[in-house]
Amino acid sequence: MTVKTPIYLDYAATCPVDQRVVDQMVPFFTQAYGNAASRTHAFGWTAEEAVERAREQVAQTIGAEPKELTFTSGATESNNLAIKGIAEYLHEQGDHVITVVTEHKAVLDTCKHLERQGKRVTYLPVDAQGLVTAQQVADAITDETVLVSVMFANNETGVIQPIAEIGKVCHDRKVLFHTDAVQAFGKVPIDVQAMNIDLLSMSAHKIYGPKGVGGLYVRRRKPRVRLAPQIHGGGHERGNRSGTLNVPAIVGFGAAAEIARQGMGEESVRIAALRNRLRDRLREEVQHVTLNGSEEHVLPGTLNMSFSYIEGESLLMALKDVALSSGSACTSASLEPSYVLRAMGLDDELAHSSLRMTIGRFTTQEEVDYVVELIGKHVTRLRDMSPLWEMVQEGIDLNSIQWTAH
Amino acid sequence: MAYSDKVIDHYENPRNVGSLDKGDESVGTGVVGAPACGDVMKLQIKVEGGVITDAKFKTYGCGSAIASSSLVTEWVKGMKIEDAMEIKNSQIAEELSLPPVKIHCSVLAEDAIKAAIVDYQKKHGGA
Ligand SMILES: Cc1ncc(COP(=O)(O)O)c(C=O)c1O
Ligand code: FES
Repeated sequence: MTVKTPIYLDYAATCPVDQRVVDQMVPFFTQAYGNAASRTHAFGWTAEEAVERAREQVAQTIGAEPKELTFTSGATESNNLAIKGIAEYLHEQGDHVITVVTEHKAVLDTCKHLERQGKRVTYLPVDAQGLVTAQQVADAITDETVLVSVMFANNETGVIQPIAEIGKVCHDRKVLFHTDAVQAFGKVPIDVQAMNIDLLSMSAHKIYGPKGVGGLYVRRRKPRVRLAPQIHGGGHERGNRSGTLNVPAIVGFGAAAEIARQGMGEESVRIAALRNRLRDRLREEVQHVTLNGSEEHVLPGTLNMSFSYIEGESLLMALKDVALSSGSACTSASLEPSYVLRAMGLDDELAHSSLRMTIGRFTTQEEVDYVVELIGKHVTRLRDMSPLWEMVQEGIDLNSIQWTAH
Repeated sequence: MAYSDKVIDHYENPRNVGSLDKGDESVGTGVVGAPACGDVMKLQIKVEGGVITDAKFKTYGCGSAIASSSLVTEWVKGMKIEDAMEIKNSQIAEELSLPPVKIHCSVLAEDAIKAAIVDYQKKHGGA
């Protein structure tokens, strides 16, 4: 078996740009380099046409109208624009926003910012699988609530929230519903109509497009959603987001969305099969592994597992030919273990022992098998070195020990 | 993050992994850290005539923690216990070129050797 290293298993962080996408982008750097806002010559018209085609391609992926799409610099900006933009625009209607503890920082920190401005935010807890329920959302809505923001799928665990049910609650209660769909977009079917989504954030680099470009879907009918722009200037993107459009990147975003939409059915089956193989073989090869998240409500390519009694960073160090990530504190600058896993009620010990492995378009079965063997080998080696493993072998209950926390 | 060559060497070829009999009168055992913090170190020394003749460790923690404990077991062998008591985390951190966020891993190794010595001394009616 020959596999080429390094192996990339971190598709939830970012993806290589698909060559087909690059090919479509290239002419817009050197030949069709016009400013999409230039109305007085063909350079501008060509650029504008390309942007409008991309707008259609992206909109189609989520069942939206092209006019409902605002291009941004990525999902961090989209989340900021959606949450701050709605809270600001509807400030006379209410000052309450509902979100979830396991959201991406681009949502959580934006909500913290609103709190500093005197608004109120409810952070809904999740269950052991990382799920919230529509009922939790319904119970949290008050007369003051202007926005509910619940991510479509989690970036660490891949867990998919009951978006259609939450959308229905929001629709019935006449509260706007935003979803950070970065991880789900292009991977699972999304229909903003059927799911009653009013605002939706997406990013090109998670779907084999370029970095630094994304979009925000803003519903135009039933209801017509308006928001306060957060970047002011020349009034681009219907005034929602000023700034000269990054035409090559937008073209790439459109091309990537189109490829994702057309290949989604087949690709998600292939990727889910590889993920399941990785999960099942790791369970066979390694004792004391736990799946973090849900086996049922989950993206096709994401796998998050904890390997008890060894610490995640030391395992990553052993897997130096494999790119993946860990929820361990030792890998984070803050030295705090993953807040997502902790919110699911995981012991700190298990959070420290977690690995996130994400599979994508270019992952092969040989790579999966190679990684299983490598992990199996190094887990054994590191457990032989682990005092916790030794205690467990001796029948000592780790919870019975008085640790010297520091 | 990039690791120093010395950290990688100790991580890939850890010295003195294992356990000594903690019931043995000549053995001192130190266990420091907590699973919830992501690091637990067990360090054991065998003392004969006031001199450390053997040392073993097991560590649950990051690569820098494993390297710190491995290094300390290497250092203390052949040392008098009074001298081993003087080992400072800064020496460990310097030897391994640990970045600032990993300094606490070397602190843990210093705590572990001290705890092992104290345990030995207790067995012999000291400290
Ligand atoms: C769930 C989620 N939201 C938001 C972002 C931020 O997206 P971007 O990198 O486009 O700013 C990411 C990616 O890191 C993500 O996974
Ligand atoms: S043991 Fe956590 S950073 Fe070293």
